[in-house]
Amino acid sequence: MKIHEYQAKEILKKYNIPIQEGYAIENSADIDSTIKKVQADFNCEAVIVKAQIHAGGRGKGGGVKYCPTFEDAQGAANTILGMNLITHQTGPEGKMVNKILITEALDIEKEYYFAITFDRSKNSDVFIVSSEGGVDIEEVAENNPDQIIKAWIDDSPNALESAVKEIITSLSLEEFENVEQMFKDLYKCYLESDCSLLEINPLVSTTSNEIIALDAKVDIDSNSLFRHPEIAAYHDKSEEDPLELKAAEYGLNYIKLDGNVGCMVNGAGLAMATMDIVKHCGGEPANFLDVGGAANVETIKNGFKIILSDKNVKSILINIFGGIVRCDRVANGVIQAVKELDLDVVVVVRLQGTNAKLAKKILDESDIELISAETINEAATKAVEMIK
Amino acid sequence: MSILLNKNTNILVQGITGSEGSFHAEQMMEYGSKVVCGVTPGKGGHTATIKKLPVFNSIDEAKKEFQIDATVIFVPPRFAAKAIIEAIEARVELIVCISEGIPARDMVTVKNMLDKSSSTLIGPNCPGLITAEESKIGITPGFICKKGSVGILSRSGTLTYEAIDQVVNVGLGITTAVGIGGDPVIGSSMIDILKHFQNDDDTKGIVMIGEIGGNMENDAARWVKENLSKPVVSFIAGQTAPKGKRMGHAGAIISEGSETAEAKIKILKECGISVANTVSEIGVTMKTLIG
Repeated sequence: MKIHEYQAKEILKKYNIPIQEGYAIENSADIDSTIKKVQADFNCEAVIVKAQIHAGGRGKGGGVKYCPTFEDAQGAANTILGMNLITHQTGPEGKMVNKILITEALDIEKEYYFAITFDRSKNSDVFIVSSEGGVDIEEVAENNPDQIIKAWIDDSPNALESAVKEIITSLSLEEFENVEQMFKDLYKCYLESDCSLLEINPLVSTTSNEIIALDAKVDIDSNSLFRHPEIAAYHDKSEEDPLELKAAEYGLNYIKLDGNVGCMVNGAGLAMATMDIVKHCGGEPANFLDVGGAANVETIKNGFKIILSDKNVKSILINIFGGIVRCDRVANGVIQAVKELDLDVVVVVRLQGTNAKLAKKILDESDIELISAETINEAATKAVEMIK
Repeated sequence: MSILLNKNTNILVQGITGSEGSFHAEQMMEYGSKVVCGVTPGKGGHTATIKKLPVFNSIDEAKKEFQIDATVIFVPPRFAAKAIIEAIEARVELIVCISEGIPARDMVTVKNMLDKSSSTLIGPNCPGLITAEESKIGITPGFICKKGSVGILSRSGTLTYEAIDQVVNVGLGITTAVGIGGDPVIGSSMIDILKHFQNDDDTKGIVMIGEIGGNMENDAARWVKENLSKPVVSFIAGQTAPKGKRMGHAGAIISEGSETAEAKIKILKECGISVANTVSEIGVTMKTLIG
């Protein structure tokens, strides 16, 4: 689960990590009073106004503004709150800014990149740091790979100690007080909050010789939310695709794509493979949709509803491998759902597994317009050809 | 011959009193699996039985009365890591975890324990494994399997079934099919399973199904090139998956260039592995190699 910068900073603060302080708001009526409060509480004239959306590249997109005066801040806050922010991570349609964070401005000496994540191949957490902070780290990785330092934390007794020493040396931060403890606290925060990523870009040193987290990006392992109710409450539904949210309510796993061939499949791997074969046959998949192991009338009906909410969809390819669930039951479910929903798109059905032959007979003999297919290849070809 | 599992494997079911556990215990027995007992903490006792199987409070209790070669775990995700650890501590040789949604942090702890033990873990978030016409542990539909010469390993459940079905339909049949799971942290890697197939004389060819995310397929490809003497057919799902979006499985998300389907397919081919262009071509591709 993704959370906002201001929420990530709230978590960091609990672990005594020095952060760039500020307040988040969502109503424009609160802009003036909040700017004044930031100026008073943190003893500064200049402030920064930062759009709070779940995407990077906010600065380049115009979502982060340095404001030397109250009036500048007023103007920037009114512009950014409610704007449609387009960054390289939002896609061309952009994202509505529903919240802004107004923070103190700091006198920055140097910017660093800092992250902790999990390295699957080593079954270890890893610190990733660079003295080229504040920029797109992927560009640094591409152009200056030597500038990126990794230090792994395996389960040996002194792993954390030595990894922390390694990153301090590589960033030449030895002169700063408490920096060792700060990195240890960051790791503690990462572990205890079940983060899949904790990224600070930039981590800065200031002219008054402090190390401060200017930004914070934290992703939480969704599987762990049951033990973090306070983090689960950070979930911002306005950041998610409404169709994907609706699908989640139905217990379906749906991701919208840009094509016009809707896909309804059981199992994530088979769902991806089905999208791939649609593309291979010259079509474009409209979505990823995994209806899960138990494909019954209800899940199929809900799947249709979700797919058809996307107006680009011209045909629907249903690909179910019936294991424990028998195909004849799935076939009857498809027929019932099509009748009840009064569909006006091409529906191609391929059922394989237990009672597949019986299922095909049921589909072929039904009085509704369905196209049945035996192999995935045949099904995908039909779903693509029928709408050309 | 087969790998990891045969008709004589004595199987225990953890979470046997739950609806999934009891349903699949019965399905497994119908297939011929030698399920000997179950465990549910707090529900065991002298008279407790389900599907005529005795139920114990712990694996240690069960081991006093039965020889246990393997355990299969059907418990809710928040308790699943604890169940795996219990099995490791009870020195069960083969542990299969079906449960989906276990926190990654819990699995890191499990994996570290596992590395210091003699147990093998398959999963989590997987369909388990099946040795054709002998035994199955987990939820793979048994009726699609016929005995033959192809070993199957896969990160995805329904793609495992699809591969079995195609390999059987082209007339080859399977030895053992193993679903290793779709999570970022899993007990057995592709290489771990390939090593078993390498040593199994009945396995003449191997189907290896991967997907986007992680680098396991890339590591496996390089291992195959260096070590494996049997033909491998591979398929990678997710060629049309967008970057940064989690495609159902917790492990199926692209975060680096080497984790895309395109990059994996390139590496597999460079290592001499036949890659099926589409999911439909897995069976026929294997047929051309060992048919």
